[in-house]
Amino acid sequence: MAFPQPRPQAPQLPQHLLRTIECQQGAVRAVRFNADGNYVLTCGSDKSLKLWSMSRGTLLKTYTGHGYEVLDVDSSYDNSQLCSCSSDKTVILWDVASGQVTRKLRGHAGKVNCVQFNEEATVMLSGSIDGTVRCWDTRSRRYEPIQILDEAQDGISSLKVSEHELLIGSVDGRVRRYDLRMGQLHVDFIGSPITCVCFSRDGQCTLSSSLDSTVRLLDKSSGEMLGEYSGHVNKGYKLDCCLSDKDTHVLSCSEDGHVYFWDLVEGSLTLKLPVGKAVVQSLSFHPTEPRLLTSMEGHVQVWGAEPEDNCTYLQEEK
Amino acid sequence: MASDEDSDEDFVTYGTPLEPLEEDEPVRKPLPVHEQTVKDEKGRYKRFHGAFTGGFSAGYFNTVGSQEGWTPSTFVSSRQQKAEKPNVRPEDFMDEEDFSEHGIAPREIVTTDDFASGKKDQLKDKARAVSSLAALIPGDTGLLEELIAPARSSIGVELLRKMGWKDGQGVGPRLKRKQCKQNDVYGCAFPPNGSEESEDEDEFAPENVSFAPKDVVPVDFTPKVDSHGLGYRGLNPLQALGGGSETGHINLFTLQSDRTTSLFGDRNSGQQRRGGIGGQAFGVGAMEEEDTDIYHKDSMSNYDNVLGGEEPGDGLYGWTAPQQYTRKKNDSKRDVAYLGRILDGFTLASQVTEIKTVYPPPDLPRDYRPVHYFRPVVDSSTVSPIVAQALQASRGHLSQDAPQQGRHSLDSSQRCDMLGEMPLQGPSSVFELLGSKDRERLNEIRRAATEQNKSVENLSSAVDRAAVVASAKAAALQALSSRFQSIASSETQMALKAWSGPTADASKTFKPFAENPQKQARYDLYITKLKQGNKDALESNLDSSMTEWERGRERDEFVRAALLYKPSNSSLSSRFTRSKHEDDTDSVEVTRDQENDVDDKQAAVKMKMFGKLTRETFEWHPDKLLCKRFNVPDPYPGSSTVGMPKVKRDKYSVFNFLTITDSSQVSRGAPSAPKPPSSSSTLPHLTPEVSNKKSRWDIPGQEPKDPLSAFISETRSEVLAAKNETDSTHATATPEVKVAQSDGKQTEQKTEEEEKEEDEEEVRPPMDLFKAIFASSSDEKSSSSSEDDSEEKEVAPPASDPIQSSAETLNPPVSAQSTPAPDISRLTDLKHLTVQSMPSAETTAQNTQSSHSAPAKLQGLDEEEFGPRLPPPGFIPSACSPQLKKQKKKDKEKHKAKKHKKEKKKKKNKKHKHKGKQKKRVEESNSSSDDTDSNSEDENRVVSTSELLQRSELIF
Repeated sequence: MAFPQPRPQAPQLPQHLLRTIECQQGAVRAVRFNADGNYVLTCGSDKSLKLWSMSRGTLLKTYTGHGYEVLDVDSSYDNSQLCSCSSDKTVILWDVASGQVTRKLRGHAGKVNCVQFNEEATVMLSGSIDGTVRCWDTRSRRYEPIQILDEAQDGISSLKVSEHELLIGSVDGRVRRYDLRMGQLHVDFIGSPITCVCFSRDGQCTLSSSLDSTVRLLDKSSGEMLGEYSGHVNKGYKLDCCLSDKDTHVLSCSEDGHVYFWDLVEGSLTLKLPVGKAVVQSLSFHPTEPRLLTSMEGHVQVWGAEPEDNCTYLQEEK
Repeated sequence: MASDEDSDEDFVTYGTPLEPLEEDEPVRKPLPVHEQTVKDEKGRYKRFHGAFTGGFSAGYFNTVGSQEGWTPSTFVSSRQQKAEKPNVRPEDFMDEEDFSEHGIAPREIVTTDDFASGKKDQLKDKARAVSSLAALIPGDTGLLEELIAPARSSIGVELLRKMGWKDGQGVGPRLKRKQCKQNDVYGCAFPPNGSEESEDEDEFAPENVSFAPKDVVPVDFTPKVDSHGLGYRGLNPLQALGGGSETGHINLFTLQSDRTTSLFGDRNSGQQRRGGIGGQAFGVGAMEEEDTDIYHKDSMSNYDNVLGGEEPGDGLYGWTAPQQYTRKKNDSKRDVAYLGRILDGFTLASQVTEIKTVYPPPDLPRDYRPVHYFRPVVDSSTVSPIVAQALQASRGHLSQDAPQQGRHSLDSSQRCDMLGEMPLQGPSSVFELLGSKDRERLNEIRRAATEQNKSVENLSSAVDRAAVVASAKAAALQALSSRFQSIASSETQMALKAWSGPTADASKTFKPFAENPQKQARYDLYITKLKQGNKDALESNLDSSMTEWERGRERDEFVRAALLYKPSNSSLSSRFTRSKHEDDTDSVEVTRDQENDVDDKQAAVKMKMFGKLTRETFEWHPDKLLCKRFNVPDPYPGSSTVGMPKVKRDKYSVFNFLTITDSSQVSRGAPSAPKPPSSSSTLPHLTPEVSNKKSRWDIPGQEPKDPLSAFISETRSEVLAAKNETDSTHATATPEVKVAQSDGKQTEQKTEEEEKEEDEEEVRPPMDLFKAIFASSSDEKSSSSSEDDSEEKEVAPPASDPIQSSAETLNPPVSAQSTPAPDISRLTDLKHLTVQSMPSAETTAQNTQSSHSAPAKLQGLDEEEFGPRLPPPGFIPSACSPQLKKQKKKDKEKHKAKKHKKEKKKKKNKKHKHKGKQKKRVEESNSSSDDTDSNSEDENRVVSTSELLQRSELIF
């Protein structure tokens, strides 16, 4: 006499444009949610880093200090710090409230493509075109990295950090996973230069997009391929991919101005979200809600599952 | 028997003797521990009750009973005798041996007060003193009691009185005055003054009157029990706290006799003791009358005014008598006046200590000046011999040669001879300790010196001397000035340093004075001496026949020349420090685990068989701190390595700097490309490099079976062979070739030099590093190597469409053509590329990078970056067809392509293609990115600017 399970709600896709933010900082190289998803960070090619309120789309703060275009940013779990990396070969640790540079770390030999905090924001990891990933200590005042991971044979294009794992995608066509707990390095050969890697939210799979216009979902432990998603165009640019908030869909930018949504299990194209005419360079999915950020050229678009008015109503309710 | 008795008498025995052993008796067993008993002195068994009681035995066998049982001792079981009431004391219940422990004094015979001498009870005195201090009115109670104490005299005193003794008299038979004097002589020494006094009295005394002897205060030898200094009595709280009103000066060292007076002195003097708290710090209260005493006043009487001795002769002859004996009336006055108080038991010194005589310093002569003037000492070696001679003649003051001088100039052996001593064993001089080489050098110097002297002697004619004396003073002056002339000496030092090094080679030195052979010879000699480390090589070398001016000039010239033309090695070595690590070791640290062949993986990816085929797992050591920061236990707690485990490999290799693209196509195209057997035999030094040389840019496991590498090594060998056989046109181009020519030796024995040169070329860091740093286009460099390309262009077949080839693997015909076809001229070119001009080779390799290797590995010539690009800030989608985008793609794996020299053939075609396409291309140069597009093609630039304009129009 069990009650029937409530039918799971169909996953809502963020397909309604909520607002467009004109960032006015040149091309937006990366757009990121902060840790809780209430704020938006944009990296501009005019050397600035901007913090926006997602709900209102207003500019909250501009962080200046980089000497060249900013390429990636990450916020700490407690929203107190930001780390960003730039073409000027530096990694900067920011104080969010004051906008001051807490630490400026030099050491990379080339532009730094990606940066990431670890879970407790005690370490910053930055991957550079020089083929190294450097682990910077945020706790001590040391200006040398704790460790340099130079196993990659070409530039690092993307890196992600989980609790005890580093996932690093390199242009040499390999995805490397450093397991600190086990003291092992797993190298998965993809063949084509990797543009973006990410963990699935359950931490069991890795997603990697490569320049052969394919996104692959690999089993983390064995390296077997679970899914392959194609249809989009990714042949020359460093484009982002990600998974939706509930791991139901795989998202990828495309050079044809769309964001592609694939069903994770079936591998079928669910949605082809038209964003604009240019290349969708960066995207970021909200950590808990069906909300999406895309960046194209100089502006950022916020996408939600419900149309605008409903959404604003919800926000007012909050 | 008698002897036995004697012995008995003689010896004293202690303890109980052992029982005499009898041989018949069996040996008694020793008593076991539990049967051994302890008895006390009365024969009672003692029992030990634990450690804490310390063997305390209570009662009868640790009971309260007795041998008869528990019967009270007071119990009397008879009718006649009633039990008396006992007066029970605690002692009745205690053992005798415990009395002392519990403070019950042993019963002993003590003199009662009646019989005790008049000496007061010390304990009582002490108690009284304490109570007097503690009392409200200090000292009062004790004093009262003492005053009212009943007159009790001891039995002895009463007996004495009955015998006619009176208070104040001495004890003994009455005596006449004369006897008293006799006593003086034979008995103890009486104070002389006292006797004088008595003599004075004597004169009044009648003749037949006898006197009682004088009362003698017994000498009180109180033992000193405390550890204070002599005479110290501690701070009197009365004086210290009571304000010290009397003197204001607390004297801790007072006499015994004075103490009592000071105790009661306050009262006696009638001064009232101030009650309550008073003192310097508390000022004067309103109720107090006197305010003079607030501040501490120190009077000069507290201090000694005079240092000095005192009167000798107290007549005690070394016996330190108590105060009463030594004090004299006159002296005491003086004591107080001059010395203050004398310590208890001390007397003034009888004799004045002798004053030390101080001798005055000697009188200085009137014309004495305390500054020493140094005469200009002329060194014979620095001055011309004539001058030296003249100097010596005129003043006799030449420092060098004076064998006839005094003892200071003698050496130890000479002195030894003069004294007739035996010479010491062992090396007689330092000279013997020197090595043979050094000794030789020293001998040479010595010889030179003697020769000079000889020449001087020869010259010493009267004529010369007269002429030279005039210049002597000038020379002396010069010598003096040269003392303080540091510049010249520093230069010579530098020259010495430069030349004395082991690297200096005489045969290769430059000859600065070639036109003047004599001078050159002198210079050479100077140089050789410099090399030997001879400091005064310059002086010993100059021509003695020259004038002073000439000599000076030549000296300068030599020094300067030596500095200028010093060996290049030393000039270089002065700029570099020696490396800490050995550079010679031809090895470099390489990660132990290398990834497998890419071919298999590529195939697996093709077949979408991800998993085991594409997955590789290595051991990797995270840094300890990193583990800490990640809150993860260190997976390798014991290991000190960080990162991948490393192994040593050969360092210098072409293959460290060559990288390959995916050579799968090539290897597949020419799988049977034979590895020339000659490569290993002709170039033995090459083979290890080929086999295990790796850099981190390399794709592992490639080299051994890589046909390309085999090809390169083959071409190398052939080139070298060709060089040997035929006159090569590249002779001037490469030093390597030059060496090979000049030697004319077998290439198998390559000289070290050659290798070194090669190494120097190869040590360059990979080009990528430069590019990463200087982010500029590489096209300029690539264009420089276009000549090579043009040569090869003839050979190269028309390439297939790169886009088409990008989708699939290289077609066999191309690779077949690329298999080695040893054309010598071309091969030399290749060799040239690979070895000598590494950067250009690299860049050409990059430019020739296979568009056919992987679809994603297309590249644009104008791109300067690696990896996937960033989209332009403003993008025109219509302009970017997928094909074009491919070309815009950056060249991300340049370094991988380096091995593919063969593909150079294709390169040219591709280049052309690119040129064509670039016209169509949308050129994006970001506003922020400083693409200084140093492209060699002009038209490209034109196109790009026009496109820029076009784009800006579109944007705005």
